[in-house]
Amino acid sequence: MQFGLFSVGDVTTDPTTGVTPTEYRRIKAQVEIAKLADQVGLDVFAVGQHHNPPFVASSPTTTMAWIAAHTENILLSTATTLITTTDPVRIAEDYATLQHLVDGRMDLMLGRGNTGPVYPWFGKDIRRGIELSIENYNLLHRLWREDVVDWEGQFRTPLTGFTSTPRPLDGVAPFVWHGSIRSPEIAEQAAYYGDGFFHNHIFWPPSHTARMVDLYRRRYEHYGHGSYDQAIVGIGGQVYMAKNSQDAVDEFRPYFDNAPVYGGGPSLEDFTRETPLTVGSPELVIERTLGFRDYVGDYQRQMFLIDHAGLPLDKVLKQVELLGAAVVPVLREEFAKLRKPGVPDAPTHASLVEANGGPTDTAGIVPTDRAVQVDRWTGTRAEDANVLTEVE
Amino acid sequence: MTQDQNPQTPRHRIVVLNGGMRVPSTTRMLADRLADATVAAVAEQGGEASVQVIDLRTHAHALADTMLTGFSSGELAEDLAAVAGADGLIAVSPTFSASYSGMFKTFVDVIEPGTLNGKPVLVGATGGSERHSLMLDHALRPLFSYLGADPVRTGVFAATADFGSGEGGAITERIARAGSELASRLAGRPSQARRPADAFGEQSVPVEEMLARVTRPAG
Repeated sequence: MQFGLFSVGDVTTDPTTGVTPTEYRRIKAQVEIAKLADQVGLDVFAVGQHHNPPFVASSPTTTMAWIAAHTENILLSTATTLITTTDPVRIAEDYATLQHLVDGRMDLMLGRGNTGPVYPWFGKDIRRGIELSIENYNLLHRLWREDVVDWEGQFRTPLTGFTSTPRPLDGVAPFVWHGSIRSPEIAEQAAYYGDGFFHNHIFWPPSHTARMVDLYRRRYEHYGHGSYDQAIVGIGGQVYMAKNSQDAVDEFRPYFDNAPVYGGGPSLEDFTRETPLTVGSPELVIERTLGFRDYVGDYQRQMFLIDHAGLPLDKVLKQVELLGAAVVPVLREEFAKLRKPGVPDAPTHASLVEANGGPTDTAGIVPTDRAVQVDRWTGTRAEDANVLTEVE
Repeated sequence: MTQDQNPQTPRHRIVVLNGGMRVPSTTRMLADRLADATVAAVAEQGGEASVQVIDLRTHAHALADTMLTGFSSGELAEDLAAVAGADGLIAVSPTFSASYSGMFKTFVDVIEPGTLNGKPVLVGATGGSERHSLMLDHALRPLFSYLGADPVRTGVFAATADFGSGEGGAITERIARAGSELASRLAGRPSQARRPADAFGEQSVPVEEMLARVTRPAG
């Protein structure tokens, strides 16, 4: 089972000090958090994608590549990559490039995005969000699996004889998760392709997460990818910890009360009762997190949101330390004991390559049948003098 | 409050939205009289109706939380589910600044889109004087039309003076007529009791079908 962090990438004023980090500080803070997460043995670090202030996360693959260069083992992912407003061709190219650079130590999670104006800024319409997601992912899926694609759809210019480069590392596409809070169509989409389904599990009550995951599992089985219990499920969660529960509550309350998302609304006590937010000791976080399994079944990925609402870097790093030292090792052991036989781990590059018959690219040799040495349009090789000559 | 006579008998489920702010409340008084008139009219047609009154004031804090967090829970979630499962609604608000109250609107705003499609609604309002009575037709009725509900022809406005008009007054007659209109509307449509819950059921739309709807590949 994988445990990780997902970072929204918001720039928010610390309500206790009035200090607002610069974008530079915030981006660097994400890197620091990821580095420590790697050092303490967490499995995944995911960044968001936003195209409006107060978020700094507009270019996830850039951040992921930098983090990967400064870490050893942690897998880089997104939460989420906007499948609606990002050209699927760019997603195919950017993430395949990243996949090569980081030796497959990445995957991605697709989401629609709920900020209305972002859609028209990128020439799209939020009311067609589901359709954009369905069509764009279908194209992305093909771009990573078919060397030459002819395609025509509603939302981008047609493609004739297009090859997305680089081709996925070792001939296996990056593993894809589909994230959605409340759209059954997205659970259906994840199930159809045999991809992972992720529920954010932060803003809504557990009963709602349970329904979405149940739908995904039923459809995953329906499409023949495996049994109900074998579907690949990830969920979020948010925690704030201190050794002593009351200290955690006292420290976190001003951040909760002023948080851009729920500040001014329910009390911290109401929100922790009705949603998966847990504020307290590591023991409390362990107990509550183990309870998630009761309503989503055995799952593969648990992500925590810890760097938001203006929390300063030192407080966030303290959370990473507590997760790495006191929480995740216990969760790993306990979840393993509870897990039903036959439940797979989340796919990784290594497992996908193995299932595909072994590595190709990393061996350093291009198989003859895959070598594309001559450009199909110009009939020339890369090293040929490609100058335009006048046609007689 | 549910007035259950016999839970085994299928009957029309009426949910009353009472926007009254105080206890006791003239808005609640009007809501109760509209409910009684509807139940009596259903009985005259040989049917049965249950009534559940939702006092919106009890959800004041939960409504504000729901606006901010995007989800409802507890008793508010239960009452929203009751609205969704109702065969007909009686919606009554006090008149505030020439319209329904903000809290009444907040409750309506957290009802899931599509929930009120085709649902018969009897609208009512109260106010200090009858000069506000057009509020029914310039505020409440368009609100429910927008939501796809099916407001009955007669709406009832009760001004303070109407509570002194005595039996047989114009308002009593109007209440009876409105109740009878809602009852006729209920009689003409199937019960909502066995309506499929939503897309979380077995009838998920397959991806190939969704794809066929959006993408028309060349050739």
